Parts: sequence; C-alpha cells; structure tokens
Amino acid sequence: MKDTRLTIVKRAVQEIKDGMNVNLGIGMPTLVANEIPEHINVLLQSENGLLGMGPYPINGEEDPDLINAGKETITTVPGSSFFDSAESFAMIRGGHIDLAILGGMEVSQKGDLANWMIPGKMIKGMGGAMDLVNGAKRIVIVMEHINKHGESKIKKECTLPLTGQSVVHRLITDLAVFDFTPDGMVLIEIMDSVTIEEVKEKTEAAFHVSAELLKLE
Amino acid sequence: MEKVMTSFQKAVSDIQDGTTLIVGGFGLCGIPEFSIQALREQGTKNLTVVSNNCGVDDWGLGLLLANRQIKKMISSYVGENKIFEQQYLSGELEVELTPQGTLAERMRAGGAGIPGFYTATGIGTSVADGKEMKEFDGKTYLLERGIIGDFALVKAWKADTLGNLVYRKTSRNFNPLAAMAGKITIAEVEEIVEAGELDPDVIHTPGIFVQRILVGTNYQKRIERRTVGQA
Repeated sequence: MKDTRLTIVKRAVQEIKDGMNVNLGIGMPTLVANEIPEHINVLLQSENGLLGMGPYPINGEEDPDLINAGKETITTVPGSSFFDSAESFAMIRGGHIDLAILGGMEVSQKGDLANWMIPGKMIKGMGGAMDLVNGAKRIVIVMEHINKHGESKIKKECTLPLTGQSVVHRLITDLAVFDFTPDGMVLIEIMDSVTIEEVKEKTEAAFHVSAELLKLE
Repeated sequence: MEKVMTSFQKAVSDIQDGTTLIVGGFGLCGIPEFSIQALREQGTKNLTVVSNNCGVDDWGLGLLLANRQIKKMISSYVGENKIFEQQYLSGELEVELTPQGTLAERMRAGGAGIPGFYTATGIGTSVADGKEMKEFDGKTYLLERGIIGDFALVKAWKADTLGNLVYRKTSRNFNPLAAMAGKITIAEVEEIVEAGELDPDVIHTPGIFVQRILVGTNYQKRIERRTVGQA
C-alpha cells in the first residue's frame, strides 16, 4: 500500500466504533476492514445482500454464491444474515447503517460528493453510491488530498457530476481531516508532519480551522 | 396449472421482439444462465432488459448484447462489459442508469402494485433531471416509478412443484424482486422437490409469483473476482 493510502486507512479505521453496522465502499475503503482491531465488534454490510461479511476464503473454499459488492469471493462471520436487494437498501435508505466509508473523486466545501463518473470517459454507473450517501447515518469520505495533476480534490464547487448534495459528514485525506458543519467546512486534524499552512495551500475549498487545533499549533 | 417444464426453449418461446424483461442476478452471481442461453438461441430482438448489471462480454446478459438482441438496458452498474461500451457509444444501445437501491425498490414496487414512490436518492444529481420533487418533513424527495416486466427470468437454489423458491447466500440479490415484477416469471433452479417438502417458514419467494419452473444442470457459476486469503 502507498504511504498516503496507509495514512488515510489508519485514520479512517478510528471512525469505526464497537457495535456499529458499517458499509465500506469499493477500493481504498475496503482496505479499512483489515485494520479493524479485534476488540471492536462490527458487522460489515455488503449491499448485494449480506450483513456480517468476513475475510476472503482460503484457497479452495471459494463459493460462487457468496460474493461482496465488489464481486469478490468472501466469507461470513457468526451472526451474519442474507437478504434481497430491496431489503438491503431498506437498511441503507432507512437509516439503519451507522456508517459508510466511501471513496471520492471530489468533495466541495458544502459537503457535496462526486465519485461516480468522469464526463468523456465511459459511463460505468453509480451502483449503490447515491443510495448510501442519502441513507447511511454518517458518511465519511476517504481520498487523496491532491490529484495526479497536482490539483486540490477539495473544491469550492465540484466540477464532476455529483453523487450527492451536502451529504459528507467527514473527509479524511493524507494531509488532514475535515468536518462539514452548518457553519461550513472545518479543519479538525492534521496528519503528522503536516502544517495548517500546507493544508491551506493545497486546498481550493474555503474552511475554518477548529479552535482546538489552533491551540495545538 | 402445471408449472414445471423441461425445455428451456419452450419456456422462453413466447417472449417476443420488443419485450420488457426483468432479470435477476448481481454481476454473474445468481443469474438465470439457461434461460439467457435459450433466449440467445431464439434470437428475440429489441429487448428492454432491466437488470442490475449486464454480464460480461461472453457470459450472462453479455451473450444477448453480443448478439444485438438488447435495445435498452436499465441498470445501476455496467462497467464490466466492452461490447456494452461499443454499442452505447455507437448509439445502438440505450441506457437508463438507476441507483441500485432505487432499481431494487422499483422492481419491488412494480410487483406490489405501487406505481411510484419517493426517495432522497439522486437529489441534486443528474438522476433527478425531469423528475417530480416533493418535500416531506422539511426534506426533498424525488418520484421514482415502479417497474413491471412482460417476463422475468430468475435463478433460485430450490423450488417445489408449486413454484415456491429458496435462494442460496448472496445469489438471492435481485431475484425475489424480479420474480415479483414479472407478469410471467420463469424460474430456473438447481433442484425441484414435491410441494410440501420445503418448510413454509424458509420460503423466500412464494409460488404465486412464479409461473414456470425448470431445472438447470451443471451451472457454470462463474466467479468474477476470485479473491482468497491466508489459512
């Protein structure tokens, strides 16, 4: 794993509390599952129809009837349950999922999220992302702060088509952690060896710095 | 009426050009392999297919796509298929992208006689374009329509002779909803038992939603992403 991704994943896992029902998106969020400490009991939901997802099966025990939302072979944990897609999304849209950790392409200072399509590239579809951002109790986005062209992925306004409007509660990047509040976007943490100045320089969006963080500086 | 049939060719023979077809499965998991292949052999054209995904290039619904039998797809995710991309870019194939939960609920609602429902999913996105909005308790929702199909193709694990269905693990996915939304639902299964042999408490899809039942043998059950861990 790249260092930046490891930084993000290690911070993201702290969002997961004992007893939660959690949905992890495809890509970097999936890696969070490996970092959950043993004393934290959670049920991972896979939106294709499973609550209580376990690790990958050992070689030879793959079951084609048992996959996750990324179409990977998986296992179940004790206490798991299977259900159909409508019931699965009833859990999501009905606000029964405590936390969804999802990847992002862009996040705006209002908490808008873009993570499902890039105009001009082949459409793939939104899958369950739009349902999750409007349904789960808490939405945490994990993404790198800067794209490969050196531009901030945290925008005043998203330039890519939206997945949801004002849906993000917390954003975790390789540089910092932000919360989205009625008063706007707030910088609440910076990663080791990062300064507030550096975060300001690399962030297009406007944000406040939390009083607690200012005290630490 | 006798629901158990032996010929997949016969089971799909009255599916005509221009039909709206609802198909169960998630990726290649829990797909009605034999009904799709029979439809491919029959060559029925101009189909509108409602299914979460569209198979891969050489399997599942990808077989119908490669044979140019599909006019329109209503799906949530179609990123696994190159032929899909070619036909979409050339304008041959029409696509309606629907969020996954909305798609599931549209099938459920259609099958339950509910013509439309409000959801927050898609608010502020291109999914909301042209849709009626309404505020409930201070929050905005958009109107989505239920879906009904002339036919539905589903895959279950076991059936009894009355069409009661039991699914296995995550191969359940969209199948029970597709079964509800089809005017004529064709269910293919790995085993058929006599009515009374399935515990009524464990039945996932009551037989009232199923009109035709067939057994498939030697299911391929292809795995899209074989992932294994350490022992």
